[in-house]
Amino acid sequence: MALELSEPRPLGKPIRRKEDARLIRGQGRYLDDIVLPGMLHLALVRSPYAHARIRRIDVQRAAALPGVHLVLTGQDLAAAGLAWMPTLAGDRQMVLAVDKVLFQYQEVAAVVAESRALAEDAAALVEVDYEPLPAVVDPYRALEPGSPILREDRDPPSNRIFHWEAGDRAATEAALARSAVVVRETVRMPRVHPAPLEPCGCIADYQRATGRLTWYVTSQAPHAHRTVLAMVAGIPEHKIRVVSPDVGGGFGNKVPVFPGYVAAIVAAMRLNRPVKWVETRTENLTSTNFARDYHMTVEIGADADGKVTALKVSTIADHGAFDAAADPTRFPAGLFSIVTGSYDFPVAFAEVDGVYTNKAPGGVAYRCSFRVTEASFLIERAMQSLALRLGMDPVALRLKNFIPPEKFPYHSPLGWTYDSGNYRATLERAMERIGYAALRQEQAERRARGELMGIGVSTFTEIVGAGPSHTFDILGIKMFDSCELRVHPTGKVLARLGTRHQGQGHETTFAQVIAEELGLTADDVLVEEGDTDTAPYGLGTYASRSTPTAGAAAAVAARRVRDKARRIAAHLLEVAEDDVEWDGTRFHPAGTPARGVTMAEVALAAYTNPPPGMEPGLEGTVYYDPPNLTFPNGAYLCVVDIDKGTSQVHVRRFVAVDDCGTVINPMVVEGQIHGGLTEGFAIAFLQEIAFDEQGNCLAPNFMEYLVPTAVETPQWETDRTVTPSPHHPIGAKGVGESPNVGSPAAFVNAVIDALAPLGVTHLDIPLYPWKIWEVLHERGVAE
Amino acid sequence: MFPAPFGYVRAESLDEALAVLAREGPGAKILAGGQSLLPMMKLRIAEPALLVDIHRLPALTGWQETAEGLTLGAVVRHSQLERAEALQEFYPLLGRTARWIADPLVRNRGTVAGSLAHADPAGDWGAALLALGASVTLRSLTRTRELPLDAFLVDIFTTALEPDEVLTAIRIPKPAGRPFGTYLKLERKVGDFAVVGVAVNVVLDARHTVVEAGIGLAGVGPRALRAPAAEAALIGHPLESGGIREAAALAAEAADPVSDRRGSRAYKRNVVRVFVERGLKALADESRPEVGVTA
Amino acid sequence: MEIAVTVNGQLRRADVEPRTLLVYLLRETFGLTGTHVGCDTTHCGACTVLLDEVPVKSCTVLAVQADGSSVMTVEGLETDGRLHPLQSAFSDHHGLQCGYCTPGMLMAAWALLRETPHPQPAEIRRALSGNLCRCTGYQNIVEAVADAAQRMAQEVG
Repeated sequence: MALELSEPRPLGKPIRRKEDARLIRGQGRYLDDIVLPGMLHLALVRSPYAHARIRRIDVQRAAALPGVHLVLTGQDLAAAGLAWMPTLAGDRQMVLAVDKVLFQYQEVAAVVAESRALAEDAAALVEVDYEPLPAVVDPYRALEPGSPILREDRDPPSNRIFHWEAGDRAATEAALARSAVVVRETVRMPRVHPAPLEPCGCIADYQRATGRLTWYVTSQAPHAHRTVLAMVAGIPEHKIRVVSPDVGGGFGNKVPVFPGYVAAIVAAMRLNRPVKWVETRTENLTSTNFARDYHMTVEIGADADGKVTALKVSTIADHGAFDAAADPTRFPAGLFSIVTGSYDFPVAFAEVDGVYTNKAPGGVAYRCSFRVTEASFLIERAMQSLALRLGMDPVALRLKNFIPPEKFPYHSPLGWTYDSGNYRATLERAMERIGYAALRQEQAERRARGELMGIGVSTFTEIVGAGPSHTFDILGIKMFDSCELRVHPTGKVLARLGTRHQGQGHETTFAQVIAEELGLTADDVLVEEGDTDTAPYGLGTYASRSTPTAGAAAAVAARRVRDKARRIAAHLLEVAEDDVEWDGTRFHPAGTPARGVTMAEVALAAYTNPPPGMEPGLEGTVYYDPPNLTFPNGAYLCVVDIDKGTSQVHVRRFVAVDDCGTVINPMVVEGQIHGGLTEGFAIAFLQEIAFDEQGNCLAPNFMEYLVPTAVETPQWETDRTVTPSPHHPIGAKGVGESPNVGSPAAFVNAVIDALAPLGVTHLDIPLYPWKIWEVLHERGVAE
Repeated sequence: MFPAPFGYVRAESLDEALAVLAREGPGAKILAGGQSLLPMMKLRIAEPALLVDIHRLPALTGWQETAEGLTLGAVVRHSQLERAEALQEFYPLLGRTARWIADPLVRNRGTVAGSLAHADPAGDWGAALLALGASVTLRSLTRTRELPLDAFLVDIFTTALEPDEVLTAIRIPKPAGRPFGTYLKLERKVGDFAVVGVAVNVVLDARHTVVEAGIGLAGVGPRALRAPAAEAALIGHPLESGGIREAAALAAEAADPVSDRRGSRAYKRNVVRVFVERGLKALADESRPEVGVTA
Repeated sequence: MEIAVTVNGQLRRADVEPRTLLVYLLRETFGLTGTHVGCDTTHCGACTVLLDEVPVKSCTVLAVQADGSSVMTVEGLETDGRLHPLQSAFSDHHGLQCGYCTPGMLMAAWALLRETPHPQPAEIRRALSGNLCRCTGYQNIVEAVADAAQRMAQEVG
């Protein structure tokens, strides 16, 4: 149960969320709730083909429909130099197609009309004459000689976008050659979609008289969006105000800039009227940014006792028609080099080749810190395969290979410095919670009766909080984040941050951080994000970076304010500054706790009675450049039972023990874990954006893209260990993504564990029952 | 997301609805619960020129139970059958099927007759009502005809309904003994159409001999299917494991599924067999006289 | 077409195209934006409202079909400035994160508790299975509904 906002010393307590007051009353203000005077509506015409040349576009019938104000095509945009836009990954993407389309549902034309219904009517009247071309759907085929070149605008012409590698290839290959055991597995993490419940959308409101553009947009990164917009549209940046209102979930979907956004802005500028574009769910799932689509091959070596010796990974990354990932500039494969996970590999090597195919663009980090989910899934699956080969209990294999606590800060063979962790303690906590030994006993008994029961383990390490400026930038902008903090004369606080929450509870959790530092309550601190006119510059909320960066900025800004407050308190208490003590809620003279002043009293003095020579006011602004990333980790154990008749998998239990360092609000953290586990469950068992051979999307809506309901979703059991981050001001790490990063392997490992006696070592996700049945049937054990 | 423009008539009587259909031809469509039609219209897969709304016609609401059987009106909603305790004695399969339709919110709005007329091959009601030996009443301005459901369901999304006809009622014969029925559905998640759906219904006489049997299958053919050979194998015998296994195997043979993203032909057939066997076993357990423990 | 609908106890009239969906009548004509749209195939339940006290997906009901009916939306849950026990319980149990599904969840839960005042967790999960949530994993929602049921029972006393 939540504690009230008036709770003193709120850090670490389950404080009621401030956001709730409006959201439970239906008084949130999401993008589509905003209506501006004279507002028009935009709908997009999309390609039915995955690959086709555009012979002709005829917009006459659409333009003639009463109530239609504008029809835009790629040619119109080309005339303004806007037919293409840059992606955050350094590629470029067509806004409206010119000459040819490269994926089904690609944006071909835009129609602006009095109502959304009318805009859809008119969109249906735009006639496009296509000449279909052979589609390239398989990324391996895309790399074969003779494959059609998809991106004719690229020089040199090639379907390979990039080659990236980390580690020591020669040493790794040599170590594998020397290893007593080498296990090789090909593991696919299919294309999935973040699918927040609120789709993406924007309202562009341009005032020609002043040249000012106010852009309301479902954005996880409003400042970055403003800068990109200034670059794309050539509007001076100070004349752009980006407002990200309440956001109905993001999970990485709302980081990039989409063609619909640019079309709405161009239309608003042409028409001098506000233009709204809100995508449908179908548009969301088919065009605005998928995640994953990694085809990975792993080789893992070990000595006969099960001590790991080397790890080698090769990956084909299917980015679709445009590389629209949102990775930091120097990391085209994100932070995939966390792939050595929680284990002490002496040597490792990883390489990734990015590939163009005739599919929707993307490669976003879906509830994931840039390809960390792919990496974690791979290493945790590989450890399972290795355990099977060695005939070892998968838990024993992990305990043998964990990076020990005394090795932190730990330098991984692929170049990271892990900040802190106690993997053994976390796993042992999980084993205790679930009763691991008894479950293995039960499994043995059930196996003897021919039943299929499995126990899966995943002991993952994440890398979040991008990132230190020496390494991390997006389009050149360093990945710091910020907090601007004002204490008003009555001791109430306004804090603005460069991040933008989408359900994570920043209005509450950052208030807790600040209140704790200032001896106030969370109720005393108003947190604002999402308006670029008022909030300090920051890179936004994704990749579990808010707490490691903006959260740190909030703590440091509050400490700066407190330092000044201490000097004012000394003045009020008429003692030397060194003689002032802070007890968490008051300043008092050393040894005289009865005679103290509160932060509110100090704040009043800052405006009414500052010490002589001191600048009035009580404010602090911090742009926090993290010295390192943070490395949250966890141990997940999963128990499944498989029905031998239908091959349905029942998740009987799931225990998640997370270590995200210092916990700001345990209620919020637990909520994040529940949500992430549920998304991980969906990825393991239900979800895939699949395509047929012609490149037609086979999961364009919620009928085929399966979001679990309350009925399928298992009951989660959570617990934690706390190993603070040594470099974060309050010791916190990010947590929102851990459960989504760590859980898919736990589910799959449980299923494989159940099937292991049949000689099964791997199945590709999603684990639809029929895939399992085919195995049972082949082995003659299906009911 | 927005249907193409259309005209709308709220019929004040069934005759008015039939007159509008006769006048307007195939561009007019009947709107009852709208839970299949409106989603297709929102995606502009369907663009009728005129909707004739019958969802509040008193003549089509509710049901009548007589000595001959049960007659369901055209706008009986799934959720009504889910909650209809009074129907459990003679028509237990109805409530046990209703709870599997779509999701609770759709069940509050969608109608049984609408589902039948939509004729999705994976629709649950086709299977259940075939197992119950149902027939449908089709009315136009000029005639009324009654068709066995088996003749009504023609092919994928295709029925015997003419453009000027309305499906006004569903008739289910009264069982000639004690009925037991259940529905088993393999769905990927709540709200999904059946990967495989199996309705099993048996009627036992006083000596626990099967006197009527109905097995309906969803998702394993171009329309809902009956499994007549399996039904025949059950009749005249008590419900016990040998006969159940035989019926299950025969039902699997009656299934004619295609391989797709929901599973291979062999998989779906096997699920039919497993479900028929499990369903009939459950009915056998239910039908056994209570073995009471007396103090 | 002219229609009259009682919304949260107030009779309201509107002139709508037949194709206007109930959810847009509520959101755009009546300005009740608490009811959301999350999909186009009748799956997500973000648009759930009570139509004559029965929870339905308002994206799959025509506004003209609601003529003469009463509709209750999330905005109608509070009485005299007092939160409904479900609203309080959702906050107390952290049953919401981004809040987009919350109004629909509340309306579906309202209908459940009216019919089943003391639901088991499995019944709650079933009753909410027409409403998708991407944030919470449902567990805290289930706890919130169970707790609200208890509070309502105590209130009735």
